[in-house]
Amino acid sequence: MKSTPIAPGPVPKKALTGIVGLDEITGGGLPQGRTTLLVGGPGSGKTIFALQFLAHGARIDDEPGIFVAFEESADRIVANADGFGWKLPELREKELFFIDAQPASDLIQSGNFDLGGMLAVLEAKVSEMGARRIVFDAIDIVLALLPDDEARRREVYHLHEWLLQHGLTGIITAKAGGEVTTPEDSQREQPFGFMQFMVDCAVVLNHCVVQGVSQRTLRVQKYRGSSFDENESPFLIGRNGFEVVVARPLGRGVMEVSKERVSSGIERLDTMLGGGYYRGATILITGFPGTAKTTLGGAFAEAACARGDRTLFVSFDADSSEVVRDLSSVGIRLAAHLDSGCLRMISARRVTGSAASYLVRIKTLAADMGARCVVIDPVSTWAKSNNGNSAHGVAELLIDFSKSEGITLLCTSLLDEMSQRQEANSSLQISTLADTWIQLDYLVQSGERNRGLAIIKSRGTSHSNQVRELILSDNGVTLADIYTAGGEVLMGTLRWEKESAERVAVEVADVAARLKRVRLDAEEAELEVRVRSLQTELVAKQTEKELLTHTTATRERELTHGDNRLRELRGADATPPKPK
Amino acid sequence: MTKPVQYQFRLFVAGGTSNSLQAIANLRALCAAHLPDRHKIEIVDVFHEPTRALADGVFMTPTLVKLGPLPGQRIVGTLSQLPVVLQALGLGGIAA
Repeated sequence: MKSTPIAPGPVPKKALTGIVGLDEITGGGLPQGRTTLLVGGPGSGKTIFALQFLAHGARIDDEPGIFVAFEESADRIVANADGFGWKLPELREKELFFIDAQPASDLIQSGNFDLGGMLAVLEAKVSEMGARRIVFDAIDIVLALLPDDEARRREVYHLHEWLLQHGLTGIITAKAGGEVTTPEDSQREQPFGFMQFMVDCAVVLNHCVVQGVSQRTLRVQKYRGSSFDENESPFLIGRNGFEVVVARPLGRGVMEVSKERVSSGIERLDTMLGGGYYRGATILITGFPGTAKTTLGGAFAEAACARGDRTLFVSFDADSSEVVRDLSSVGIRLAAHLDSGCLRMISARRVTGSAASYLVRIKTLAADMGARCVVIDPVSTWAKSNNGNSAHGVAELLIDFSKSEGITLLCTSLLDEMSQRQEANSSLQISTLADTWIQLDYLVQSGERNRGLAIIKSRGTSHSNQVRELILSDNGVTLADIYTAGGEVLMGTLRWEKESAERVAVEVADVAARLKRVRLDAEEAELEVRVRSLQTELVAKQTEKELLTHTTATRERELTHGDNRLRELRGADATPPKPK
Repeated sequence: MTKPVQYQFRLFVAGGTSNSLQAIANLRALCAAHLPDRHKIEIVDVFHEPTRALADGVFMTPTLVKLGPLPGQRIVGTLSQLPVVLQALGLGGIAA
């Protein structure tokens, strides 16, 4: 594949370098048929950069190349690059030609000279093998032999013209004392400054040591007729050669967002999160030392392995065997998963490389084993050993990488004891990027320290707003509700005491209630008895009343009847005398 | 006096550039003055015979290669500084 235009319009043709990241920065590689100047200090990786460019052309793009070695011998260069898997010895047969052009150490010079001989040789070679790419490695060596600046300039212009004439994509490397970044620097004459104006593209490699940690950065200084990423990007020389660490360029496909939940390894935490973390999410666990950050990481790793997800556990705190032992004391058993190969642990007690180098190592390892979950414990180590900015950038890139690969990433981050609690932010400032942020804290009360867990945020999931107590025991990790009583939050033994006091109180109340019920039962029974006797009395009274009514009626009837009878008997008028 | 030693030179030049012409002239003058009748000069134009330049590892022009007597020696440039050239060719004594 030749360079592909990435945007409409007159974009210069580009030659892919095969350098991971650089092709993204430059939007497709170096300018084709033009010259690129590569400057950097000693050991900054110029030769490897240039060699990789040639090797990629010869192997992939079907563009044979020539390597003009002014400094090191060709055999040594090929031998040094042996580890990168570019198959240089095979390529040397046809597609890749090395010219040893080191000036002899006993070379005697008298009067002017030029590079005409070299160009003649190259001319013949270019047409013989149809070369499309060419590298002049360490041109400063030969330029130093020239008597004055004017001669140097003339030779470089001559060389540049020659490259353009032949339409070769060229890289010229030259040693330089770093980049012009401060006003004082710009006052200083750059050794081959004129070349930077002449070429179409200039790439600067920097190698510096910040607080004892080696940092390599690459910056595209100019690129005529093309847009490019102007920032410094960390890079390192890894197993496959040069690797520039860049963020995923805009527009590249993001892995489909998953709604799948993965367990945190702690049942109640899953409940708090409404089912667990999202797959592919980035989880940040912050806390002071000893707040069980590693334990949460371990629990997550165990759960992942139990599911069958390949997991990479990176520990910057302790050796992996120590981590396994320590976690087994809280019921997290990782040894079996390590044996089965489902879990891979790497540890680095001391940070010996830059954050960028670790990023690439992690990326490579994760890609090699097909990891679906990655635990980094703690990620804040990077910030300690680096200048924060670059580590922050790397952390962003790590998140970016895991997102694009659909890897669930769990990072722990140590909070500085001295830092403000309110701040509660890790120095890497990745808390804003993380999807789920769990804060672990101590609560000191009545001579006890107890661990508290709170979910500060969890994107896209409903989550509990409550602080839970994190309890580590032989049986595992559990969360307990903390006890709030009268406005005070109780944890640990205080919670236990309060709970047991409450249990006693409940019992007492229970007994009291039972007693009361018995008493009430008795009273009820008594009342019922009274009601019944009263009812009986009522019936008696009613009967009596009925009887009385009856008796009265009978008597009255008797009286009336008796009167009439008496009159009959007396023979009196049957009817009473009517009044006149 | 021992039998005069034959000096063998090969001068690589790049076409008719001024550097090349100067070098040829300087070499001829030097030989005429210091090595009369005991020198052999071969001039190689790298534009015509680039493979020979490659074989001899010559990338800067002009380059003078002293093939004999041993030890061999290479001198890059127009050979304009006569004392330096004579010294390098082991002819320092003669020049004095």
